[in-house]
Amino acid sequence: MIEEGVLQRVLGAALRSGGEWAEVFVEDRRSSTAVLDDGKVERVTSGRDRGAGIRVVVGETTGFAHTADLSEQGLRDAAEAAAAAARGGGGGTKTVALTRRHVEPAGRVEINPEDVAKRDKVALLLRANDAARAKSDAIRQVSGAYQDGRRRILVANSDGLLAEDDQIRTLFNVTAVATGDTGMQTGYKSIGVTKGFEVFKEVSVEELAEDAARQALVKLSARPAPSGEVTVVIPSGTGGVLFHEACGHGLEADLVQKETSVYRGKVGELVASPLVTLVDEPIEFEWGNYAIDDEGHPAQRSVLIQDGVLTDYMWDWLRARKEGREQSGNGRRQTYQHLPMVRMTNTSVSNGTEDPADIIRDTPSGVYIAALGGGQVNTATGDFVFGMNEAYLIENGEITEPLRTANLIGNGPEVLRNIDVLGNDWEIGRPGMCGKDGQSVPVGHGNPTLRVTKMTVGGTAGA
Amino acid sequence: MPESTTTSKPDLLDFATRVAGWANDGEQLDVYVARGRDTEVRVYKGEIEQLSTADAEGVGIRVVKDGRTGFAYAGTLDDDAVAEALADARDNAEFGTPDEFAGVASPDGVEARDIDPYDPDIESFPTDKKIELALELERMVNGADERIAGARVIAYGDEFVERAVATSLGVSNWSRRSAASVQAYVIARDGDDTQTGGGYSAGRSATTLDLERAANDAVEHAIRMLGATKPKSAKVVAVLEPSIAATFLGLVGGTLAGSAVLKGRSLFADRVGEEVAAPAITLIEDPTLPEAWGATKFDGEGLATRPVTLIDNGVLQGYLYDTYSARRAGTAPTGSGVRGGFKGTPGVGHRALRLVPGERSQEEIIKGIDDGVLVQSVSGLHSGVNPVSGDFSVGATGIRIRNGELAEPIREFTIGSTIQRMLKGITAVGNDLEWMAGSSAHITLAMSDISLAGI
Repeated sequence: MIEEGVLQRVLGAALRSGGEWAEVFVEDRRSSTAVLDDGKVERVTSGRDRGAGIRVVVGETTGFAHTADLSEQGLRDAAEAAAAAARGGGGGTKTVALTRRHVEPAGRVEINPEDVAKRDKVALLLRANDAARAKSDAIRQVSGAYQDGRRRILVANSDGLLAEDDQIRTLFNVTAVATGDTGMQTGYKSIGVTKGFEVFKEVSVEELAEDAARQALVKLSARPAPSGEVTVVIPSGTGGVLFHEACGHGLEADLVQKETSVYRGKVGELVASPLVTLVDEPIEFEWGNYAIDDEGHPAQRSVLIQDGVLTDYMWDWLRARKEGREQSGNGRRQTYQHLPMVRMTNTSVSNGTEDPADIIRDTPSGVYIAALGGGQVNTATGDFVFGMNEAYLIENGEITEPLRTANLIGNGPEVLRNIDVLGNDWEIGRPGMCGKDGQSVPVGHGNPTLRVTKMTVGGTAGA
Repeated sequence: MPESTTTSKPDLLDFATRVAGWANDGEQLDVYVARGRDTEVRVYKGEIEQLSTADAEGVGIRVVKDGRTGFAYAGTLDDDAVAEALADARDNAEFGTPDEFAGVASPDGVEARDIDPYDPDIESFPTDKKIELALELERMVNGADERIAGARVIAYGDEFVERAVATSLGVSNWSRRSAASVQAYVIARDGDDTQTGGGYSAGRSATTLDLERAANDAVEHAIRMLGATKPKSAKVVAVLEPSIAATFLGLVGGTLAGSAVLKGRSLFADRVGEEVAAPAITLIEDPTLPEAWGATKFDGEGLATRPVTLIDNGVLQGYLYDTYSARRAGTAPTGSGVRGGFKGTPGVGHRALRLVPGERSQEEIIKGIDDGVLVQSVSGLHSGVNPVSGDFSVGATGIRIRNGELAEPIREFTIGSTIQRMLKGITAVGNDLEWMAGSSAHITLAMSDISLAGI
């Protein structure tokens, strides 16, 4: 993307202007999107963003500048601005020798979406629209989006690192609106992978659309969710959000170092039910995947909780340097215009041993959350919420009536301790976008069926 | 208005107009160009943690041909990239579904109010003083109370954006805005108990910020939560702190977008003339108010913004429209086209919602409540609020209200209802309207019959 000689001179310029450490992050991103709504392909859009972010560190201070000008002069200007921002004085001649790090790309792409005719992308949306509407006359509205993106990145830093990655992601989602006597309800289904267009040979957009329509229709007869503490059963492949919020964010080293995590100082302690082993890891083709993080470090498997005991946090370069340890490949940024910070990749709870059907049968009363929504956490207190897109009552060991949308609230460490059974049916989850300090990155997750003995459901009916 | 040194109205507007002039026969173009500069400073324990500064510019081009719409953007203004974006947008348009209402804006004869939400200090205020402001804010929060253990975020940020919109049908407008803010998100500790609180101040430039206000709010919000416990489930009156009420009004505003109404996903479709809220509610969208954070002379399609009364004494008056939704609804646009920067296609949205204030202060409103909760923070808006069905359920922290007095702090609970019932159940609007950051004015609201879920 940029010649090695140019990178060396730009890093040199950053150090000469007073930096102790410098990094050039170059990104070339193309995306193609088609949106269907109201029976029409409403817009087909595409865009390209290219630029570089330059980070210069002096002591505890990080200076940062970014530019869309990838000429040597443009990069040098940004490097000097970043160094000035880091309050460097310095001087003298500094040179950087770069060593290319060879990393296999994270996903093997069979059909590059850039080579696929837009007509074929748009056709997926029209098929999904027809399938959802065919499900019932009560489906009054359907919207959907197709998106593919290719993100090529290059990272070079003054330690001599030079690494590149080529990330391709494909996303498809459908939202159906059903209308009945009780008003309107929505159903939502999505797939997202680090794969190319071949994903549509494996996944039927019709099935996805029918499932979104089914969810909206089911909710038409939903009754208000309970209000108060209940037992919660979450099936495989949907519960990752719970761990993402209950402890994932709290295990990010930047929050831990700022003493804003309930998991601070807890390494070696029992923080969850002994059933729980939680890892953050690359999972091939999964939405959160990458070969290198946005600091050039290879993605890696990190065991965060082993049999309930906290084993480690997740690390980026800056926070690892502070502790004098290795980073863990969790330094990510939304675009070249952002500074990296500690982020999750794919978080996964290891498989359990129980038959999921037995778990439900053994639950006298509770709530079964067939599809979770997004969530949010206050890492300092550990209190977190997540939504339920499709949920049912459990009565006498059976899944019964559908419930209306609500959030659930709990405290991370308490909820982790209250997990009393894990199923043997581990499954990968749906794509998520994780927001932190104004930056959004793709994340994945996986989990088996699990039960939490006590969480508060925020409905309006008496519990 | 003083002419700024780095901005150049003519060149950005000329650029947009020139590109809009590239339209072929039988084709409509709309060109949105934005250029901006922003600075962000974060400090931690008396040191600069991060300082970033950046210039950004870009162009979004919409092409409408034979009723089909295509769009593409480029993150640079060089001619090659713009030509490539135009070619992409034309190509994209081939694949849209023909829609008789598709099209770009044409001049609609509405004159823009002469506002300029811009403070020239935004460009002259030196970086080292911005750093000093952030450090000062950190000192203020740390010195306020011994139970303040530190901060997760102490930040100063500002931005200056100018933008031009031109269409091949003759719209051609330029506007600019500046904004600066400081924020503090602090941690309070007492033994094993940890709580958090936030505060901020916003203005058109660094010189208009109120650091003391930001520090006091953050400290007070964190300290008063110490000792918070999980409450018992109950039906209560909820008093929303002004910032939370602003968030709620933003949700209501979303349901009043003409696009949502036309596409059958608004709670309030076909209800003009009906009573949808308590009589105390008069809701107005007015981006022509210079003091509104979202004030702007022109909307995202280049039309003049204008005041729109959405709800008058509880009765629904109408919806917000951009050019597409207005044509389709057979009405006039309300200057409500919004874009998420040059990368976004225009959609319908609000920028400056406000309620007509009531007579009483928050304190007086609380005095009249026997059993309630003052809601200080909410979480999970994206997961627990469904603007189509109206279901509303969010995580919250706050202070219990008993017999007209603030009582114990509570946490790890939710408040639930539906948007429809909440609007109808509003029992008081505060007299404390204030424009802070965001697209709705802050104001205290009280509403009855809210489900508080806890133990």
